[in-house]
Amino acid sequence: MSKQRVVVVGGGLAGLAAAMKLAESQVQVDLMSLTPVKRSHSVCAQGGINSVNEQTRQLGDSEWKHFDDTVYGGDFLQHQPLVKEMTEWAPRIIDLLDRLGVTFNRTPEGYLDRRRFGGTLFKRTAFAGATTGQQLLYALDEQVRRWESEGRIQKYEFWDFLGPVIDDRGICRGCAAQHLLTMEIRVFPADAVIIATGGCGLIYGRSTMSMACTGSAASRCFQVGAKYANPEFIQVHPTAVPGADKLRLMSESARGEGGRVWVPRRPHDPRDPLQIPEDERYYFLEERYPKYGNLVPRDIATREIFNVCVREGLSVEPDRQCVYLDLTHIDRHELDRKIAGILEIYEKFQGVDPRDVPMKIFPAVHYSMGGMWVDYQRSADGGLVLNSPTNHVTNIPGLYAIGECDYQYHGANRLGANSLVSCIVSGLVVGTGVETLLKGLPHGAAADQPAALFATALSQHEHMHHQLLNRPNGRENPYLLHQQLGEIMTKAATVVRTNDVLDQAYGQVSELAERARHCSLSDTGQWTNQNVVFTKALLDMFPLAKAILKGARMRDECRGAHFKPDFAPEGISEGSPTERRQQAEAWCDRFEEGNRRWLKTTVADWRDHEPAISYEDVDVGLIPPRPRLYGLVGAEVIEDVWRERSARRPAQSSQGSAQGASKPQPKPVGA
Amino acid sequence: MNAPSANASNGHSVSASKSDHPEFFQVRVLRQDQPGGDCYWQRYRVRYESDMNVISVLQRIAAQGVTMDGRAVAPVAWDCNCLEEICGACTMVINGRVRQACSALVDRLLADNPQEIELRPMTKFPVVRDLVVDRSRLFRALQRVRAWIDVDGYQDQGAGPRVSREDQEQAYPLSQCMSCGCCLEACPQYTKIEVLQQAGESAAEAQARTEAAYDHGFMGAHAISQAVLFNTHPTGQMAASQRLEQLTAEGGIQVCGNAQNCVAVCPKQIPLTTSIARAGRAVTVWAWKKWFDR
Ligand SMILES: Cc1cc2nc3c(=O)[nH]c(=O)nc-3n(C[C@H](O)[C@H](O)[C@H](O)COP(=O)(O)OP(=O)(O)OC[C@H]3O[C@@H](n4cnc5c(N)ncnc54)[C@H](O)[C@@H]3O)c2cc1C
Ligand code: SF4
Ligand code: SF4
Ligand code: FES
Repeated sequence: MSKQRVVVVGGGLAGLAAAMKLAESQVQVDLMSLTPVKRSHSVCAQGGINSVNEQTRQLGDSEWKHFDDTVYGGDFLQHQPLVKEMTEWAPRIIDLLDRLGVTFNRTPEGYLDRRRFGGTLFKRTAFAGATTGQQLLYALDEQVRRWESEGRIQKYEFWDFLGPVIDDRGICRGCAAQHLLTMEIRVFPADAVIIATGGCGLIYGRSTMSMACTGSAASRCFQVGAKYANPEFIQVHPTAVPGADKLRLMSESARGEGGRVWVPRRPHDPRDPLQIPEDERYYFLEERYPKYGNLVPRDIATREIFNVCVREGLSVEPDRQCVYLDLTHIDRHELDRKIAGILEIYEKFQGVDPRDVPMKIFPAVHYSMGGMWVDYQRSADGGLVLNSPTNHVTNIPGLYAIGECDYQYHGANRLGANSLVSCIVSGLVVGTGVETLLKGLPHGAAADQPAALFATALSQHEHMHHQLLNRPNGRENPYLLHQQLGEIMTKAATVVRTNDVLDQAYGQVSELAERARHCSLSDTGQWTNQNVVFTKALLDMFPLAKAILKGARMRDECRGAHFKPDFAPEGISEGSPTERRQQAEAWCDRFEEGNRRWLKTTVADWRDHEPAISYEDVDVGLIPPRPRLYGLVGAEVIEDVWRERSARRPAQSSQGSAQGASKPQPKPVGA
Repeated sequence: MNAPSANASNGHSVSASKSDHPEFFQVRVLRQDQPGGDCYWQRYRVRYESDMNVISVLQRIAAQGVTMDGRAVAPVAWDCNCLEEICGACTMVINGRVRQACSALVDRLLADNPQEIELRPMTKFPVVRDLVVDRSRLFRALQRVRAWIDVDGYQDQGAGPRVSREDQEQAYPLSQCMSCGCCLEACPQYTKIEVLQQAGESAAEAQARTEAAYDHGFMGAHAISQAVLFNTHPTGQMAASQRLEQLTAEGGIQVCGNAQNCVAVCPKQIPLTTSIARAGRAVTVWAWKKWFDR
């Protein structure tokens, strides 16, 4: 048999999990990344990683409840089998990480300590200080280094993925990439290519993401035929701090450990915040959502902060928008033990100690729920058929996507501390699936493909590169175009979206894309040319930016992070109980109608240089959609009406609780 | 709703300007076009903005593309990713001090030296271009000390060993090492190793020669500290003697002259000299034991 190889593109948590799993199964892996994998963006994750655990089980928690919280949090836009699988694996993933030596915080008895995160009432989140992502990434990086030292994994660090190599039958046979230092372009024949290249926050200029999060790799697949799903679902995190180059996250763990969000009741109250008495503070999240308090899901917290500042004019400062995130009531030692990492970031970049002074924060672009469209094989019990090569394959056979750059698991809004789980789960799932693929190879091996296929791909990419370097000097500056793109996208496609602004933005982005074709390069050399690499990434931001805008423009509803006030359901007004009931009935009718029309995956295809949008049904076979109110004060009547309606449909709605009671069958990790 | 000033990062626009800052400031960069090439200084003029760090200064320089005297030049090359001092990519020498560019704030740099900001690449690693250096030696050293846990496999086998709070609190700081290289830049015993590809030599041959050279050089404080981290983990301990073997081999802990420069510059405040002392004791005990067991 000819030598089989798999290319993993991206060495964040998802890519490393896939690489180590494949290496364990004796597969040769080429692991490619823009940065040394140890410096991947996953290193930024702060707060933690979720799973049901022995402590929460005592309180009635289960895998099913984690599943339920995740789909409720995501406004039911995920295919449920994958989410169910993820929440069932989660405890075993954390066990594995624990065995790999992650320095998780401990209870006095030596078990893993847990904290509460948004969108749940249980303390499911395991954490290593406030640098959990760093610790997890390092654990996987160490395993990959171990396989590297045994020759099972070959790293290609400082390589830029340029695109898959696709044969005339539409099958992926490898990929092309360029070395960032020597600028050499090379093709890598492979029996499977796994894209694990993370989010696309750089499209928004500044975000909480790292500089490598350009979305370029996903875009390069998209432009040669891979579908891209739910692009419009971009998470704006409620709590970040400003910077000229980056919006730095203050993790949800600050609220998980008791941090409170508030503004002075008197607009722009100039007093020292600590001198403002309790009754003159407006703890707006706690007042409006007494059940979840400061830990409502992110989309809701973000909109509330936004409203308080913009609509109610209660921003802390008169000349910029911000609210207080207050930790000053918490014991310093506890803070240091549990969230020192983020406090140091605040101190370092703001020059103020958040143990003494409330932090000033505002929402920032944070996470891409959408991403490359991927398939899965559903099992009889509504989970996944493990080992199936269909799991996580894109619409192009042989091309896979995992981690933040796929679109599964988080629907319309991701819950905090669920991404790290989904990254690792998807990496392990794809590992076992690809292993099966390699045993069969229904389309033949990459090594047996004609050399001309790879030679042609190589010369095409080389040609494109030289064209870019040698084109007549235009006037446009790629860095300034990027800044403008970020401003347009931030204005049009973040917290509040309206169709006229989206339409306008689409025109502006198209114009920018056109102008970007005339970028002038200030460096045309062939050694470590960051200028040309950046320009390529910029050119590839436009297709995804357009998909985001078009997806948002066409979706005339509110769901999770996608909020269009013109299509928002009306709230329940004051009035007699009968009136309120009538309103609630109408609300529920509209909700059901909205789901019939819009409970669909947005699927973007790149056709004639524009995204074409279509819709796909979502598998909600296990947990039926329900209004997502999180105990909002004043909306109880809606929940009452909904409960009565559901009771009239016993077959469907009883499933959740019945399943929740039974203990799920344990499954081995990656078996 | 029509709220143009509304969306996400607008709240982050430039805040009230500080009164005592210059309109422009100067930046001096030590540039080098390729490995082994000559280096030269270049000056730039950058418009002051609030909340700037050295990364945003480099971004502005790249965007303007001209030196102070108006000459169009290729943008300065630099390395970065996270922009919050956690990935370790952006290490360079700023106003004479090795540190991360992303957490080097312009206001503070100008307060110390209003004349200019000086940027240079690290000196202990081969320069790739401008401020970009090749730190593969640093990662190679992690392989040398087997900085990982040899688990049986990735199948489900229940939780890991229980760990006391105290032990976790000792291990956690060590596990924060972001492989930035500051400790190596500052160490008098860590000397630069640069192997250039020779005419007629293939890239693979040059690579092999480089790795061999690295493996004879000093491993560095970061690697010693990682060896300690894994040797104190309940499972990691099972391979302790292999790590101790490496610590006593050529380029191991005996090279350290205990100058303590490393601990002073570590941005993560990792107690490197404590690690070195612990490793030293472990090595001694192990050497005696090995001697008696002969
Ligand atoms: C500040 C912050 C805090 C967070 N905290 C949490 C948390 O507490 N809990 C949680 O669950 N989630 C958290 N998240 C989300 C989570 O960190 C990310 O979703 C997750 O780390 C993504 O991992 P990944 O493996 O998909 O991609 P990444 O870690 O982004 O890795 C992408 C990889 O792809 C490579 N790459 C990209 N483009 C190319 C290309 N063109 N060619 C070659 N290689 C390429 C990169 O070099 C990198 O190796 C946080 C996110 C942020 C921004
Ligand atoms: S203590 Fe050792 S490792 Fe640290 S700087 Fe001194 S010689 Fe180098
Ligand atoms: S020990 Fe400190 S200085 Fe040295 S590489 Fe690690 S983080 Fe950097
Ligand atoms: S960019 Fe990551 S440490 Fe500076």
